[in-house]
Amino acid sequence: MTSLHSNTLFHWSTDDFLCWFLRGLAGVAGTIVILIVTFLIMEALPVLQGIGLLRFFTDPSWHPAEGFYNLTPMLWGTVFAMAGSVLIATPLGILSAVFCHYYAPVSLGKLYRRLIELLAGIPSVVYGFWGLVVLVPMIGEIHPPGQSLLAGILILTIMILPTIALMADASLANVPQQYLRGAAALGLPRWATIRGVVFPAAKSGLFTGVILETGRAIGETMAILMVCGNVVQTPSSLFDPIRTLTANIALEMAYALGDHRAALFVSGLVLMAMIVALAIAAEWISRGRIYG
Amino acid sequence: MYRYLDLSRQKIGHVLSAALLLALGGIAETAIAQTTGTSQLSGKLVVTGASTLAPLISEIGKRFESLSPNVRVDVQTGGSSRGVADARQGLADIGMVSRAMKDDEKDLHAFPVARDGVGIILHKDNPVQSLTDEQVIAIYTGRIINWKDVGGKDAPITVVNKAEGRSTLEVFLHYFKLKNADVKAQVVIGDNEQGVKTVAGSRHGIGYVSIGTAEYDESQGVPIKLLPTGGVPASTETVRNGTFPISRPLHIVTRTSPIGLTKAFIDYAQSKAVHDIIAQQYFVPLVN
Repeated sequence: MTSLHSNTLFHWSTDDFLCWFLRGLAGVAGTIVILIVTFLIMEALPVLQGIGLLRFFTDPSWHPAEGFYNLTPMLWGTVFAMAGSVLIATPLGILSAVFCHYYAPVSLGKLYRRLIELLAGIPSVVYGFWGLVVLVPMIGEIHPPGQSLLAGILILTIMILPTIALMADASLANVPQQYLRGAAALGLPRWATIRGVVFPAAKSGLFTGVILETGRAIGETMAILMVCGNVVQTPSSLFDPIRTLTANIALEMAYALGDHRAALFVSGLVLMAMIVALAIAAEWISRGRIYG
Repeated sequence: MYRYLDLSRQKIGHVLSAALLLALGGIAETAIAQTTGTSQLSGKLVVTGASTLAPLISEIGKRFESLSPNVRVDVQTGGSSRGVADARQGLADIGMVSRAMKDDEKDLHAFPVARDGVGIILHKDNPVQSLTDEQVIAIYTGRIINWKDVGGKDAPITVVNKAEGRSTLEVFLHYFKLKNADVKAQVVIGDNEQGVKTVAGSRHGIGYVSIGTAEYDESQGVPIKLLPTGGVPASTETVRNGTFPISRPLHIVTRTSPIGLTKAFIDYAQSKAVHDIIAQQYFVPLVN
């Protein structure tokens, strides 16, 4: 905050320095992304040249030791786990923020917000361990083996809930007070105000929250590795075990050599492509409307 | 704190994290072992390979370091295949290989240090007391999917398999003459401990892990039990006397005939002085 006050005091040269300093930092951040992608491509290149990209989607199965490299089931696993958790977490997170801001008593709202922040801080391996010893046996009682897409979706939901809840909370807090006063002056009931005034005003923040939670859902590894069963197959029901692309890398990286290792880098590339597709979709959906 | 998460005015598109991928690069360190002319040993030994062997070699290394204070033994895991590759390329002074040496690995010098057995484990509450090899094969290939077909309760079998590249998987597949592509598993796991936890947490599970690990966990009250194979009970005792069929030698390998520090370490790892460490790690010392 003190830096904001000193804004009125700066000299041009300080500003200039800061400008170049920030440019440098931004440059470093950008370079890192480019380096990672270059590294991925370089490591994946031997197998891409050797067997071609197409075989990663047309091979009969994923058995790298026997020369089969089909990534499609894991791609579906990642997409289903991500979609399921985002579908559950988004309404939960947004509605919990609405509750916090417009329905809960101030003290309860504060306590609730602290709890969500705490949830955001728990390491993913703890979620995974909890899922393995509590959630998986519970699901196993309903439909063995318990390690399943459902377990993955539930764990992911809990993990990404704080992201969307806190983002929604922050964007609701940014809705200008005069909008709310105007709505009150018109005699609008609370829910009508929220639906007709608050949501449209806060939609850019809410949308950003959804993008962030989706990114986290795609990238999560450790917890998913522990509860999903890691069988390479396209799930036909919620109780089928799945393996995600991230889990595939984590599970096999330490033991992979040669083409197998390069194939895992292709997994990484596919993940990267998903993230890029997500970013492009976000840009496209939001074009001219959401950031306007 | 939540205020800092407010990125709504920024375009966040391309920075969604790929930081996970940073962890991908496994960087093998190299080091050159050296000896001084005197009897005093000094230098650094890099040992890489099988995760089964790593804790054992690490403990032996610690004792070796305490005997020769100028020596450092650096143990890294990565699987038997990495042990072979690193030893061959000279990235490591010694490779760890948790299986019998293959025919195309005759170029390496292999030194057995201990034996390990792979045992089939079930949940303790499972009434099934033994399975024939044919039954195990049928279960792992998905031809038997219910415990009632092998004399158990009417419950679907949860087959726990190991991830590709693990030596336990290789030993298991080799003994039952299976291909990994034929295995129909419900759960795929990484290391032995994860296998024990998975079977302990699923009453209808079947898995296979290192006998040392399973015997230790069983003695600690983890609800699992080891099944006999081919009529021979699975225990460190039957692995030691060589009667247990699914067992494997644990090797350390070098590219050239070992000299100096490397030779001293290998001699030490094969000596009786480390038998107590081997037993502590639930492996079986070789009789010599």
